[in-house]
Amino acid sequence: MSRFRDWLVSGALLVVGRRPRRPLDDARRLVPKAPPNLAAETLVLLLFGLTSLSAIGFVLVYALDPPAQTQLLGATLGLALLFLALALIVVGQKLVVTEELVEEYPAPEHPHEQALVGELIEESGDRLTRKGLFKLGLLGAGGTLGLALLAPVVSLGPVFRVREYLTSPWRKGRRLVDDKGKPYKASDIEADNFYSAFPEGITETQKEAIEAPVLLIRLPESALSLPPELQGYDAGGILAYSKICTHAGCAISMYRAPLFQPDEPKPALVCPCHYSTFDPTDGGSVVFGPAGRKLPMLPLTVDARGYLRANGDFDEAAGPSWWGVRIWKDTSS
Amino acid sequence: MSRGAPITRRAVRWLDSRSGSAPFLRKTLRYVFPDHWSFLLGEVALYAFTVLVATGIYLTLFYVDSTKEIVYHGSYAPLQGQKMSEAYASVVHISLQVKAGLLIRQTHHWAANIFLAAIVLHLFRVFFTGAYRKPRELTYVLGVTMLIVSLLEAYMGYSLVDDLLSGMGLVIGYSVGLSLPFVGANLMALIFQGPFPGGPEFFPRMYIAHVFLFPLLIATLLGAHLVLVASKHHTQFKRKRSQTERSLVGVPMWPGQAPRSLGLALATAGLLFLLGGLVEINPIWLWGPFHTYSSTNGAQPDWYLGWLIGGLRLVPSFDWTIGRYTVVPNPFWGGAAFPLIVFGFLYFWPWLERKVTGDHAFHNIVERPRDAPVRTAIGVGMIAWVVLVFMAGGSDRVYVLFGITYTSQIWVYRVLVWVGPLVAAGIAWWTCTALQGVERVDGARHEAEARARLARARRGEGPPGDPGAVES
Repeated sequence: MSRFRDWLVSGALLVVGRRPRRPLDDARRLVPKAPPNLAAETLVLLLFGLTSLSAIGFVLVYALDPPAQTQLLGATLGLALLFLALALIVVGQKLVVTEELVEEYPAPEHPHEQALVGELIEESGDRLTRKGLFKLGLLGAGGTLGLALLAPVVSLGPVFRVREYLTSPWRKGRRLVDDKGKPYKASDIEADNFYSAFPEGITETQKEAIEAPVLLIRLPESALSLPPELQGYDAGGILAYSKICTHAGCAISMYRAPLFQPDEPKPALVCPCHYSTFDPTDGGSVVFGPAGRKLPMLPLTVDARGYLRANGDFDEAAGPSWWGVRIWKDTSS
Repeated sequence: MSRGAPITRRAVRWLDSRSGSAPFLRKTLRYVFPDHWSFLLGEVALYAFTVLVATGIYLTLFYVDSTKEIVYHGSYAPLQGQKMSEAYASVVHISLQVKAGLLIRQTHHWAANIFLAAIVLHLFRVFFTGAYRKPRELTYVLGVTMLIVSLLEAYMGYSLVDDLLSGMGLVIGYSVGLSLPFVGANLMALIFQGPFPGGPEFFPRMYIAHVFLFPLLIATLLGAHLVLVASKHHTQFKRKRSQTERSLVGVPMWPGQAPRSLGLALATAGLLFLLGGLVEINPIWLWGPFHTYSSTNGAQPDWYLGWLIGGLRLVPSFDWTIGRYTVVPNPFWGGAAFPLIVFGFLYFWPWLERKVTGDHAFHNIVERPRDAPVRTAIGVGMIAWVVLVFMAGGSDRVYVLFGITYTSQIWVYRVLVWVGPLVAAGIAWWTCTALQGVERVDGARHEAEARARLARARRGEGPPGDPGAVES
């Protein structure tokens, strides 16, 4: 009980009491003496008060859920922290003694200890007769053990199955459908417009694969100048290209039909990430920007009922380049 | 000292008798800090990191690390019924339904931006004052490593949201990874668990990396960095006669520096929460969910990745091939080689400089930028290089705002990024030597005036040490 009273009294003294006279005489002080600064002290007390007000404001805003809550929460919490920061800075600048101390830098080197450490290491290997072989053996043991410990990392992913980069859901005869799964008819594709298509019957997860999405546009057949190996890839002026840029894998979402930009008269497919620009009239060659490969083209055909169908796979691997990306033609039928 | 001694004494005694830390505490409390504002930049980074950890922990309590596709049925009408990943749905939930969730998320995002900005400014200070010189190379190398780790950490945090912009950032990073010569495809298959968008375990892995592995790595590097700073003590500018290579002049940790540092910490946190509450950043519910087949125009990354976007955009069209084998795919140059050169330069610079200058001495006094014109010129040149590439990354905004065609801007930048740094370096070198010249002339004049005053005083013409009387 008396202990509790002690705490209570000392607590009360801490709050209202004046600083008791220090028994130390001034000459022996560690921190030099300086006169009180009543104005700064009052300011600090005021800032403490403001901190409390803001902090309480934060809790109130949190509890009461007013409009613009995020703004009010940020303002109250931010201000509480800033008031306290200001109080501490005033304490640091005006209330505690600003000393200027001179301190020796630590010794840059310890020659004696250096010599001792070196000696310790050298002498401890004295009993070895074939030091070179010992070191080689140790290196081998450490290296192989390290490799063994690293081996399970291979479980993370199909590190050696790079063929997965060369697969595609497109097959001859597969219909092209829109985002909702509705098949496209050739008559759906209008000039100066831009459509996304997927192979019919794939799952939502398969739709996210790099090779799945293609874009569809229609150009007048007279405007096409497809190279010999891509002759017949269009279906009466309807063209299908991989929607994924061969540079950095973003979806190509801009079709510059010759409606604007008088200085850029030709139609172009543009990737919004790094502005790789492809020419749809000649099979998707790069006309500007960083892409290092042409846009892969999907051969199209129109079936008897007017539906658009793939007439085979892409002419090139879809997606961003990697070391084996040009092996595509060897693997596809 | 028994009962009745002041409570502080008793607390210290208790601590010392249990931990033996009184000698260490006494030394720590009197550790001397040099008094210059530029030494506070690293501290700001430290405090921003603390805010990142605190706000980040809160966010982990709500975030779902899954790319499993669900249909959104939350409170935000425009996204009603849309297919999206659980990850994105959880961040929309944090932003729009969790009380204070948006404040914490935006503060986290702002803190990341300011954390990296503070590190970069701190790096500039260290570089241009030569503070990295012997015996502090190791401190510097740890710092540069922290910058790289922090960039990756911030990129992962941005990617975890799985909104449209973050997904675009992720596929670009994946493509840069793919472009690494010889191993890119294998490495990305390993990391992503197969070709993009990867397997179901990729997001949980990235999440663990973002909230555990990388923060741990940063904290470890940070700890080592601070231990090295303290063991070698701070550098200082030479502004007083008492400041030498052997002794440091400044304010002791206690009582002078501690309240100021703590004040700076709270001010940093306060500013970040103000920004988080009042200035909108990355309103992810507007971007919508990411799908491989969607993208949006006019997207810009957070500032610290802007230089890489610029690098990727500037490289002309080519893949380096031998037959059917692609040796170096295009994104490697702007996305990997460019940062590798910049960080390689930063890592090797202290040794490069020593090789050229032959300066093997210990340095505790740092230099002003003008004191080392060649270093300053090279540093300014490097900054100009990175900044120009960064600006090239904003060409599309310039096109939208001012109508200057994108292609012509890129062609200008393709030249400018090589010429600009040389010009900037030249200007920096000239400025440094000019400032040195001014100082030499001033010094000589002051000396001559002092001599003249002394001579006049000797002849009894006027009081010595009163320049006003002589000048006017």
